[in-house]
Amino acid sequence: MGSLKKSGGYTGAILSRIATNDQHGENSEYFDGWKSYDKNPFHLSRNPHGIIQMGLAENQLCLDLIKEWIKENPKASVCTPEGVHQFSDIANFQDYHGLKEFRQAIAHFMGKARGGRVTFDPERIVMSGGATGANETIMFCLADPGDVFLVPSPYYAAFDRDLRWRTGVEIVPVHCSSSNNFKLTVEAVEWAYKKATESNKNVKGLLFTNPSNPLGTILDKDTLENLVRFVTKKNIHLVVDEIYAATVFAGENFVSVAEVVKDSEVNADLIHIVYSLSKDMGLPGFRVGIVYSYNDSVVSCARKMSSFGLVSSQTQFMLASMLSDDSFVDNFLMESSKRLGIRHGVFTLGLKKAGINCLISTAGLFVWMDLRHLLRVRNSFESEIELWHIIIDKVKLNVSPGSSFQCTEPGWFRVCFANMDDDTLHVALLRIQDFVSKNSNKTAEKASDNDQVIQNNNAKKQKWKQSNLRLSFRRLYEDGLSSPGIMSPHSPLLRT
Amino acid sequence: MKQLSTKVTSNGHGQDSSYLLGWEEYEKNPYDEIKNPNGMIQMGLAENQLCFDLIESWLAKNPDAASLKRNGQSIFKELALFQDYHGMPEFKKAMAEFMEEIRGNRVTFNPKKIVLAAGSTSANETLMFCLAEPGDAFLLPTPYYPGFDRDLKWRTGAEIVPIHCSSSNGFQITESALQQAYQQAHKLGLKVKGVLVTNPSNPLGTALTRRELNLLVDFITSKNIHLISDEIYSGTMFGFEQFISVMDVLKDKKLENTDVTKRVHVVYSLSKDLGLPGFRVGAIYSNDDMIVSAATKMSSFGLVSSQTQYLLSALLSDKKFTSQYLEENQKRLKSRQKRLVSGLESAGITCLRSNAGLFCWVDMRHLLDTNTFEAELDLWKKIVYNVKLNISPGSSCHCTEPGWFRVCFANMSEDTLDLALKRLKTFVESTDCGRMISRSSHERLKSLRKKTVSNWVFRVSWSDRVPDER
Repeated sequence: MGSLKKSGGYTGAILSRIATNDQHGENSEYFDGWKSYDKNPFHLSRNPHGIIQMGLAENQLCLDLIKEWIKENPKASVCTPEGVHQFSDIANFQDYHGLKEFRQAIAHFMGKARGGRVTFDPERIVMSGGATGANETIMFCLADPGDVFLVPSPYYAAFDRDLRWRTGVEIVPVHCSSSNNFKLTVEAVEWAYKKATESNKNVKGLLFTNPSNPLGTILDKDTLENLVRFVTKKNIHLVVDEIYAATVFAGENFVSVAEVVKDSEVNADLIHIVYSLSKDMGLPGFRVGIVYSYNDSVVSCARKMSSFGLVSSQTQFMLASMLSDDSFVDNFLMESSKRLGIRHGVFTLGLKKAGINCLISTAGLFVWMDLRHLLRVRNSFESEIELWHIIIDKVKLNVSPGSSFQCTEPGWFRVCFANMDDDTLHVALLRIQDFVSKNSNKTAEKASDNDQVIQNNNAKKQKWKQSNLRLSFRRLYEDGLSSPGIMSPHSPLLRT
Repeated sequence: MKQLSTKVTSNGHGQDSSYLLGWEEYEKNPYDEIKNPNGMIQMGLAENQLCFDLIESWLAKNPDAASLKRNGQSIFKELALFQDYHGMPEFKKAMAEFMEEIRGNRVTFNPKKIVLAAGSTSANETLMFCLAEPGDAFLLPTPYYPGFDRDLKWRTGAEIVPIHCSSSNGFQITESALQQAYQQAHKLGLKVKGVLVTNPSNPLGTALTRRELNLLVDFITSKNIHLISDEIYSGTMFGFEQFISVMDVLKDKKLENTDVTKRVHVVYSLSKDLGLPGFRVGAIYSNDDMIVSAATKMSSFGLVSSQTQYLLSALLSDKKFTSQYLEENQKRLKSRQKRLVSGLESAGITCLRSNAGLFCWVDMRHLLDTNTFEAELDLWKKIVYNVKLNISPGSSCHCTEPGWFRVCFANMSEDTLDLALKRLKTFVESTDCGRMISRSSHERLKSLRKKTVSNWVFRVSWSDRVPDER
């Protein structure tokens, strides 16, 4: 970071600090794994020994439904013969209010994605360049450089860029721990708030993703209500990124902050929602981000700022049509939930067979995998990174280490399961199981001799598998597995 | 504790300017040929609506691109998932080649140095974030696009210091004006990071001359600062002259591969040349790897929709289409501009001689009660509320001389334009001043017409304009 010292008198025209620092966060491990994947990407037939990408939280499970809808609805495209009569109006449309039909359709869809338990006002729908743009925009609206937002950890790695980079806002994490399954509590927020204000930080608000990335868990209604009352009491903002709202596949209903905002004890002017179609619908390429605020000044300001990241009118037009199709949307949401549930079940069961547990989750496109028992040195982030490199190089899976999410406990990994087909998932599971059993066969006797805790056959088997997984990793450590060289930062890459 | 950020509570978005107030009036009472023939005609919107038919017929002949297919196979899934901030390679290649074609293939653009953005609005802001700290200044020649106040300053904290241009020389940029602006910035305690120009100019409708471009390149070289050339209107050049890009000048001065070239950045967009502002396609072109790298990361905040990238990569890769389009676009713009100019002329109103853009820079100084901005605003209000035309007053473009207005001509049908001109003529003739001037200038113009070769005749208010070189 700092000035560009080159020859030829370039120093006078140095670039900005923002351009030259690494606050974009792309030098973190979160992005390193992709480079490795990129060099050797898995393909079922063309490269069956390549690395399987499990670090990308995409939802590829229901794209067939959308593809089918588009095929059956050529009028929704301004480019087809059926829709081209709209081309000039739509191509010309750059009003930052967005197409009215688009806002209405999005508001309608958001309500449906929350089981019809809340309704959204189309007049409060503001566009942005994906949730990435939405989160940055809301920061620009709510905070000045140097102000602080509290964010529960572990949190989405790119928040460091989205919330901080160009805005100058600071993140103070609210650390959550495995001792209570990483549940966010009001006490934890209160404590973080107190500590921050005591060190003279200007706390402007609390931001969290619900359902959580990377945990896949949803916040219960009581806690949500208490948090909303807390921010009201302290007169600070609450931003809830509900980008995974429709990825709930089991258990309790997702409770949106929209459901608790009508409470008389709540100052609605402090409540803001970020949304996107990138996860619920699996359309990250279409860049549909939404800022939804209950504060009129924020809506107005965010709308002006949306000029910096409007949704392409071609995309607005198509989605306005698609999301107004109730029978499509109802079926889509139901199918998506079902398929995610099945996929999650297959994956976690397969992991269990290999002696690996995950945090219990009912939403999201990933699991929060517990590999603490495999760390060479318990509670060591160095060991976590070491383990991570083994997973990439030996098991050939790209997963995301917990440290890249600011998790305070080493040994947790986020593993995505919805960005591949069934066959690939099957291969991933086989590799994990294969890796475990290959190494456990050699040490089977040793393991059972060492086994102290015998509750029942299942527990014994489970423990045996876990300890052998540990042993197999230990051997790798002892073999002096060297980590791959420093990988340069890279953005999410896809083969086109 | 103040609840919202200063960005919410300040006026940094610039939206209280008259530029946008006129739009609001239009929204309340928009003209429609059948449904609202007495409504307000929008002449404040620099849109290009003249060539949609060409794109529509291309779409009819290219069903694959139109329906997200490649070689007959659906690529929907690929597009749905594509969010790589490097952008689609085919699209950037097509953009680079299109930009080259607009510049007569005299210069080359490397697709790897293109960074996509959500419109040039986003491109310009992103460049500011990369080049300026809060409080740093960029010098901009006046008059300039009102949206710059928001795009360049609002969230970035950068400042704009004007380079005052005057009608005495056709609003061209002069050395002394540049130096003066630079000094002024220093007086204000601002660090100058660069100069930003729009070429062809908005609101003037003129392309920068080679002399001006040389001057700019020399200036940034000597001051060791950046030059941003927003060439969003490069494909709207309809004059006899060819468009000269800053890239042409760098090449001609043999400055490629020097540090100076690394400080020159081009901004582009498809909103004006192709008339697709809704699709949000902007681009930054820079020879500085660090800027390309930083801007690429920042583009995450405003990527171009993948379905749009795909459609346009197919469109722009069709060279037969692009060459026909560019030629036809220029023809139609020229004809439309001519229509506006002669219509104004018959009302005794002249314009700055223009050779590009979607608007004319109209001289209504003679219609002001006094040579003041208050009088300009009064006149503007009359035109908006009584004549029911939304045009943009020069003060909203930071013009230093009252009485100039930007009037757009490419965002309506011919009939609508004719009606607008009729209304204006009626208005001018209804004012005493107007009646006198209209008659006498009509006579004056009639005699001038006999002397000149060109079909257009303007009252030239400046005398030392250097003829453009090829």
